[in-house]
This record gives sequence, C-alpha cells and structure tokens, in this order.
Amino acid sequence: MHHHHLILRVVTKLLAGTIILYALYVQFHGDFSPGGGFQAGVIMAVAFILYGIVFGLVAVQRVFPPWLVHKIVALGVLIYAGTGIYAMMLGYEFLDYGAFDPGHPSHGQHNGILAVELGVGVTVTGVMVAIYYAFAGRAPRISDEDW
Amino acid sequence: MAGTVSPHDAKTLIEQLPILQVLVPFCTAPLIVLIGNRHMAWLLAFVASVISLVISYVLLTQVYGGGFISYQLGGWAPPLGIEYRVDAANALVMLLISAIATLTLPFAYESVKDEIKAKDHTLFYACFMLCYTGLMGVVITGDAFNVFVFLEISSLSTYVLVAQGAGRDKRALTAAYDYLIMGTIGATFFVIGIGFLFMSTGTLNMADLADRIANEGTNRTIRAGFAFIIVGMGLKAAMYPLHLWLPKAYTFAPSAVTVLLSATSTKMAIYVLLRFLFSVYNPEFIFELNVMFLVFMPLALIAMFSASFVAVFQVNFKRMLAYSSIAQIGYMLLGIAMFNLSGLTGTMVHMFNHGITKAVLFMGVGALVLRTGSSFYNNLNGLGRVMPLTVAPIVIGGLSLIGVPGTAGFVSKWMLVQAAFENGWWFIAILIVLSSLLAVVYVWRAIEVLYLSEPAQGTKMAEAPMSMLIPMWILAIACIWFGVATDLPLGAASTAAEVLLSGSFGMVE
Amino acid sequence: MDWDFIAGHVNYWMFIVLMMTGLYIVVSSGNLVKKIVGLNIFQVAVFMLYISIGKITGGTAPIFPSNSKGYLEIDPSIVYSNPLPHVLILTAIVVGVATTSLGLALIIRIREEFDTVESDDLVKIEQQLTSADNKEHGDAMGGMA
Repeated sequence: MHHHHLILRVVTKLLAGTIILYALYVQFHGDFSPGGGFQAGVIMAVAFILYGIVFGLVAVQRVFPPWLVHKIVALGVLIYAGTGIYAMMLGYEFLDYGAFDPGHPSHGQHNGILAVELGVGVTVTGVMVAIYYAFAGRAPRISDEDW
Repeated sequence: MAGTVSPHDAKTLIEQLPILQVLVPFCTAPLIVLIGNRHMAWLLAFVASVISLVISYVLLTQVYGGGFISYQLGGWAPPLGIEYRVDAANALVMLLISAIATLTLPFAYESVKDEIKAKDHTLFYACFMLCYTGLMGVVITGDAFNVFVFLEISSLSTYVLVAQGAGRDKRALTAAYDYLIMGTIGATFFVIGIGFLFMSTGTLNMADLADRIANEGTNRTIRAGFAFIIVGMGLKAAMYPLHLWLPKAYTFAPSAVTVLLSATSTKMAIYVLLRFLFSVYNPEFIFELNVMFLVFMPLALIAMFSASFVAVFQVNFKRMLAYSSIAQIGYMLLGIAMFNLSGLTGTMVHMFNHGITKAVLFMGVGALVLRTGSSFYNNLNGLGRVMPLTVAPIVIGGLSLIGVPGTAGFVSKWMLVQAAFENGWWFIAILIVLSSLLAVVYVWRAIEVLYLSEPAQGTKMAEAPMSMLIPMWILAIACIWFGVATDLPLGAASTAAEVLLSGSFGMVE
Repeated sequence: MDWDFIAGHVNYWMFIVLMMTGLYIVVSSGNLVKKIVGLNIFQVAVFMLYISIGKITGGTAPIFPSNSKGYLEIDPSIVYSNPLPHVLILTAIVVGVATTSLGLALIIRIREEFDTVESDDLVKIEQQLTSADNKEHGDAMGGMA
C-alpha cells in the first residue's frame, strides 16, 4: 500500500497542517468575517478525514483515537454550557455575554461569543470525525462485487 | 437588554430556575461521556433527575394559582429573544416528566444491566439525559422554533435508545428506523407549519404569535400552517392514523426506555398540540372548531375502539400495553375535542394519570422480563403466586388503566364523561364507558395469566430487585393516591385548562 | 392566475415540487437508503422555503457598516434581508445532518442483522418472525390469539 498514491500522500501531508490552520482562522475570525464554530469544526474535521482516507483508519486513529473523539464532543458542549453558567453565576441570564464586562457590554459580547464558538467548533470537529469513524470502521462482510 | 448599560439586579437562584430545568440534564449528558464510568453515569443521571424534580415542584407551586414566569435567554427580551415561559399547564407536564424520569432511573439500573451490553451503558445514560433534556425543553419553551429544536433533540436520542433493544431482538432496529422516518416527517411538517406562521406574522414567540393572530385574524397561510402543525405533532403524539411507529417501538425498545417513552414522550406531544390549539391559535376561530368535530372526535373514537380491540388479541404483554397506549391517547384527544373546561381538564388529568399508570405497567413488564427473559403471556403463567410483590403493582396499574373507582384512571375518565354530558353528548359518554369495557377484557387477560393459571413446574423465581420494586410501588400507590386525593392533579389541571381556554396568552397579563 | 403571479411565487412552486418529490421517494421507495435520500430532499425543500422568505427585495447582507474607528454607522436608508430564517435553518441543517447519519447508521446495523436493505424483504422477515412468535406463544395459550 505504501507504494501507491505517492503524490496523494505527499500532498495530504502538506495539506493537513494547512487545513487545520485555516480552520483556526475561520474559528477565531468568525466575528469579523463569515465563519464561526460550525464551519471551522467541519474544516478541522476534514483534515483528519482526509488523512484517514489516504493513510487508512489505523493511522488517523493513532493521531486522534476514538475515545478522545467522544470526550471532545462532550467537552465542547460543556464549554458552551459553561460560558452560559458563568454568566448566570455573575447574576445575569443564561448566555447573557454582557455579564463578562458589565461596564462595556459589547466587549463582553465579543468575549462571550468567542468562548461559545470555541465550544461549538470543538464539538463539531468531534462529531464529524466520530461520524466518519463510525462508518469507516465497519468492514463490509461481503466482497466489493456484490455491492 | 444587552447592549445598554444600566445598573443590573443580580438574578437569584429562584429566578434562574426555568433555565436550570433544562440545563441540569443538558450538562449531565456530556459530563457522563467525559467521565466515562458506568456506575458514575447512573449516579449522575439520577442526581440530575432528582434536582430537576425539585425544580419542577418549586415551579409548579409558583404558578399553581395562575400567572406565569418568563425567562429571557441571553438577556434578549421577547419577542425577539427566546423566552422560557412557565404556567400551570406546562408546570404540570414538567412535574410528570421529571417524576417519571426520577423513578425510571432506579428501575433502569438493573434492567439496563440485563438488557444492554456493559460497554454501551455510559452512552445509554447520556442519551437518556439528552432525551430528557429535549422533553423538558419542548415543554418549557415559549418560542415556536425552539420547540422544534428540542423536539429533535429528544427524538434523535429516542431513536438511539429504541435501537438499543437490538441486543434482545433485532426488530428493534427496524422499529427505530421506522420511527426515525415517521418522526422526522412529523417534525419537518411541524417546521413547515412554523414557517407559515412566521411568513404571515413575522414572529416566532408563541405569546406574540397569539396576539397577532387574535388581533389581525387569520388568512389562508395561517390556516395551512395550522394543518401542518396538527399533522406533525399528531405523528409525534401517535394520533390514530399516524400511530404506526408506536407498537413496534414500544415492544422492542429496552424496558426502561419504554417506560420513559410511554409515560412522557406522547404526553409532551399532546401538550404541544394543546399549546398550539388553544394558546397560539385563538379557540374562537371557526376552522379550529371544525377540526375538533370533524377530525379529532372521530379519530379519537376510532383509536379508543380499534386499538383496544387489537390489544385484546395480543400474546405479548408489552405489545398489548403499546396498543392500549394508542387507545388512551384517543381519550386525551377526545377531551380536546369536547372543547369545554371539563374536557380540557380531563385531558390534562388523563395525561398525568395515564403517565403514572403506564409507567407502573411497563415497569412491571420490565421486572418480569428481567426474571423470566420474556414478555409473552405463556412464559408468565402464574407468576402472581410466585412473585406477589412484583405482580401486585401491575394489577393496581391495570385497574387504573380500566378506570376502576378509587384509582387515578377513574378520575380522568369521570371528567371526560362529565364533559360529554355538559355538551349534551350522552352518546359519547356511553362510548367512553364501552371502550373501558374493552380495557377490562385486555387487562383481565393479563391478570388471568398472572394469577389464575398454573405456574410452570418447579418455578422458583425471586422477586424483582429492590431498585425496581420501590419505584413500582411508589407509582402504584400514586395511582391510588391520585384516585382518592384528587386535589393536586385536578387543581393544577383545571388551572391549566383555564389558562389554555382563556385563549391568547398575550405578551402582557 | 396570471403570469406575474406564477413567476412571482417561483420559490413556493419549487418548494412544493421538491417537498412532494422528497415525500414521494420516502413513501414509494423500497430501499432504506433511498428513503433517507428522499427525507433529505424533503428537508432541503423546507430549508429553501425558509431562506427564500428571508429575502427582501433590494435587501443586502444584514451587517451594519462600521467606520474606521470601529463604531457602527447605521444608515436607515439601506434595506437589509431578514437574517433570522438563516439562523433557524442553520440549526435545522444540523438537525438534518444528525438525522441522516443516524438513519444511515441504523441501516448499516439493519444490513448486518437482516442481510438486506430492501423494505419488502424486511417486512417479509418480520412477518415470519411475528407469525412464529404468535404461533409459538399463541398455541401455548390454547389458540386464543
């Protein structure tokens, strides 16, 4: 297998890092330009899925093991909810970002939305990779001709 | 409102309760996955459900006498922001859901160990909590689109939970698949309906919708939206011709899941129907009356008889109860179709009473499945003599299902009969009694099997474990308690019915 | 029903056609995967309905312009499209993705257990199982079933 698709493998190795970088750009630039957690999460997941398609499931699961994927899915949701709960602890309503900077609510909004989008991005990454693992991890019991 | 700088009054815990109701189970699900230990998973889920039971009780006491609590998410004032709105109607439903979930979890501990592979336990409880979050969210929210979002959270996790029955019977998979197709069509119909409402009113807040529809009248778009919403929620509620997913899903789902589904999921859908029929749409519109008489009434009657009739001929206890659920949903729809205070009170009380009744019955079947490995009648012969403490709650639940005086089921059926007489529909009253006779037949069959037939030779069966017996007995006693002391459910239900019937619940009191 | 009416409601016509196509595929197709495809088309039709009603003639992207110092300069003469449907549909798309992947996962499990993804075959297998159940357990009860 290692003899085939040399170009694909080299290009993938080059691309994977760039894709992750681009995902981070979309993630943190989401409040100035189109983007945000959903898009960034999907782009981030694409890096892993591409790696998995070219190098095989075993290789990508060494980088990003399934148990970690599950935890990350849960972690993102907790970041999201945690942001809201933090605002509640400050005596405001759930997800009222104004709480983070009462003197200047729009700064609070800015920080709050970054935290929430981070949670969204983490979860979406996890979910997309988890879906890929779930489907790719099932070897068909029948030969290719039968399909 | 966010965006303006003004001195801020810190919110107290009591004021935060409406969001905590959803947030507590919602945060528990990812915590369970993060910790990843199955004993901790159960414990966390149980603690969360107890907390949310307490919250529902506090909320109900606050709105018991009327009025409502409004909570703005993110500090954005309604109608622009999402609003959580608690009044007597949904506080009662929330109390039912959280009580059932709190009692289901101890029951689930042994049952899940027996029926589901150990490695799936943490994810099972996470899904359970997500389903619970969805149910709570649908009931508490005052925003029409938010209803859809929470509806899908609960539905998607329900499909997963139903499919967990595949370890025992592979038909659980097709049951889950059928439920997924029908449930998604239902939810999408609901979204189309909401879309039509949004097109013609420009708002999604239910109270605001109600105001605008009441003030500006309806047009064809709003009426088309009405049809879509009724069909979509009817699918979720297993309204008679849309019930096809229900028997399979209930029969093949793990016992604990069936308990939760039967007692809460369809009730949630009925509640949403009520909310849209009476709060969002103004009850005075003639098209709505026609829907009551021409659609709800005949379908409810058909459901009461045909589903009960099918239930009589089942050989599987669990499947029999599933068909009986369809019939009981018929009663609730009938109460809606009566369109008077007693009828609506009857519907609300029946939601509550049928919830606890079906929960105890399905728990009983789950306990029998744990001990015998089967829910078919011929494997349950004479178990009433072998394990009396386990079977007695089933009998009490069965009596309540029939509506024997002194049980909870009687109270709600009595309300329905009363409502029928108020409308001068003595014929309907007779039909209610007749269909209860069918219930006598199918419940009697179960009792006959459990008590009157000989146990198989040398049956030595232990009683169900304590963790199952205690919730079963609590529910069984509740069936009798609410049949004798009718104040709590009847009082809350009649306040709820008044809230609903007063029509538009406007933005301001 | 003149031409202007028909052309002016083109988004609704497309919604109706797509929605009915999707629903028809769900109902008529015997293949479980195709049912999911139909469900997707059905959902996408609804997304399109929502997005199209958010468009306002002459409306631009709903972002307030800001000046060089970063302060908002709100110009009342500019017409903006309604952003709310977009937000709603973002949520609905996520729900759709979840439904699709869950449905496909169920299909894989069904294929593993039943060896088929055709609903006709599945119905046949299930009927056999059910009648076997009824026979076994019904006969034991004296043919009462």
